[in-house]
Amino acid sequence: MLKLPIYLDNNATTPMDPRVLEAMLPYFVEHFGNAASRNHPFGWEAEEAVDYAREQVAKLIGADPKEIIFTSGATEADNLAIKGVFEMYANKGNHIITCVTEHKAVLDTCKHIEKQGGEVTYLPVKPDGLIDLHELEAAIKPTTVLISIMYANNEVGVIQPVKEISAIAKKHGVLFFTDATQAVGKIPVDVLKDGIDLLAFSAHKMYGPKGVGALYVRRKNPRVKVTAQMDGGGHERGMRSGTLNVPGIVGLGKACELCRLEMEQDTKHIKALRDKLENALLQVEESYLNGHKDHRLPHVSNISFKYVEGEGLMMGFNKNIALSSGSACTSASLEPSYVLKALGLGDDLAHSSLRFGLGRFTTEEQIDYTIEQVTNTVNKLREMSPLWEMFKEGIDLNTIEWAHH
Amino acid sequence: MAYSEKVIDHYNNPKNVGTLDKGQKNVGTGLVGAPECGDVMRLQIEVDETTGVIKDAKFKTFGCGSAIASSSLATEWLKGKSVDEALKIDNMEIVEELNLPPVKIHCSVLAEDAIKAAINDYRKKNGLEELVFEERIH
Repeated sequence: MLKLPIYLDNNATTPMDPRVLEAMLPYFVEHFGNAASRNHPFGWEAEEAVDYAREQVAKLIGADPKEIIFTSGATEADNLAIKGVFEMYANKGNHIITCVTEHKAVLDTCKHIEKQGGEVTYLPVKPDGLIDLHELEAAIKPTTVLISIMYANNEVGVIQPVKEISAIAKKHGVLFFTDATQAVGKIPVDVLKDGIDLLAFSAHKMYGPKGVGALYVRRKNPRVKVTAQMDGGGHERGMRSGTLNVPGIVGLGKACELCRLEMEQDTKHIKALRDKLENALLQVEESYLNGHKDHRLPHVSNISFKYVEGEGLMMGFNKNIALSSGSACTSASLEPSYVLKALGLGDDLAHSSLRFGLGRFTTEEQIDYTIEQVTNTVNKLREMSPLWEMFKEGIDLNTIEWAHH
Repeated sequence: MAYSEKVIDHYNNPKNVGTLDKGQKNVGTGLVGAPECGDVMRLQIEVDETTGVIKDAKFKTFGCGSAIASSSLATEWLKGKSVDEALKIDNMEIVEELNLPPVKIHCSVLAEDAIKAAINDYRKKNGLEELVFEERIH
């Protein structure tokens, strides 16, 4: 029996894997110690648990455990990486290169840097969502200290050419930071092979708990340092003060371990379902896939259904299916998705988009139900859409003088 | 955001979806909004030429649930009203009836604009002077 509602918003957050919860539970009541308490068994237990988690985390991304800084999540890790590098390398320069489809945690941090006297270049993306490597290289100046390009995008799932980006950064002696929140645990990420200097991610996008994440900071070739953004007891090699969130960190560690061991199996399962969903929905007339078809995360599909509006569309099934839309009506800003617009989509197509984010626990039955519900609602709303009627009559909507408001 | 029961009801069972023959002299059509803004409403009225009463009204809307509900409600209210009475429909009545939150008030404004545009189209077709309405910022 199909249980409703169905969760297809795994890019926003994932449900916690019960095995992660199980690993965390002893660290609330029983082993509650402070990992910084060096002089008694309570502290030793906590420290041991954190060390173990650090190894689990490091192993997933091919890092050394000493290179892992625990944070409260990816937003904090993004802030620490960008602001920390900007401050630490102020003698070398003040220029940062990023891109327009980054998460707000990166973009707004860069805006902050600009207010502090920094200079930021925001690279555009091509219609497939990828940055142009020539433009990246051309943007590098003698004052450039950091390139900050996300591993994979949260809205369309497009995977940037990380290896090529890091090669360019290395060639010019610039550090490379990547917000890998959507990628870590989903696809193979290896900081050595990928040539990454700093990398941010969080637990709750990979079946771990909310409120915990990590920043990888390279220790060798080159040795990277960031200025702490939180002052205090000097935890995490002085880069991030604050008592460690032991249960959260244990959960992050366990989540990383599960992702590492089960990635192949998870991907096979999820990708098959994603492809089934996507192929069925692209059969709907005037539906368009957003983002590069191949350079893309295996669990994400972002589709625009022309001539219907995203929020209106979701209303047809959002009691039973949870997903996201790029429609302005779903955001407080009344602007459609800046990511889709950066890909060159018109506002009309951006308003008409749905993002499907599948996960470890998605079933075929759920996908079949979703295909049916979404297709029916699109058809129903098109019967109600004046734009669909005009399209069917062969009227070019661009020739109409709309009353913009 | 949770929708009111009435919005959900209009969305699930929209009243008077359809198209009237805009070639007819007694049919007025109002098309307002823009695709880039995420909402377009087309509202049509058919006027009984002897009595001046709106005997039929149809709509088609591209937009969110509140936009669909606002136009569906508008067609219900228009039927049976004289053209002059129809002009008195105020967007705030739609807001109250549908319990629209502040962020959705523009949907009701659009519906009111669509009513006025339809009436003006009808007036124009019948040799009457078009009415001038206050500019509004949605």
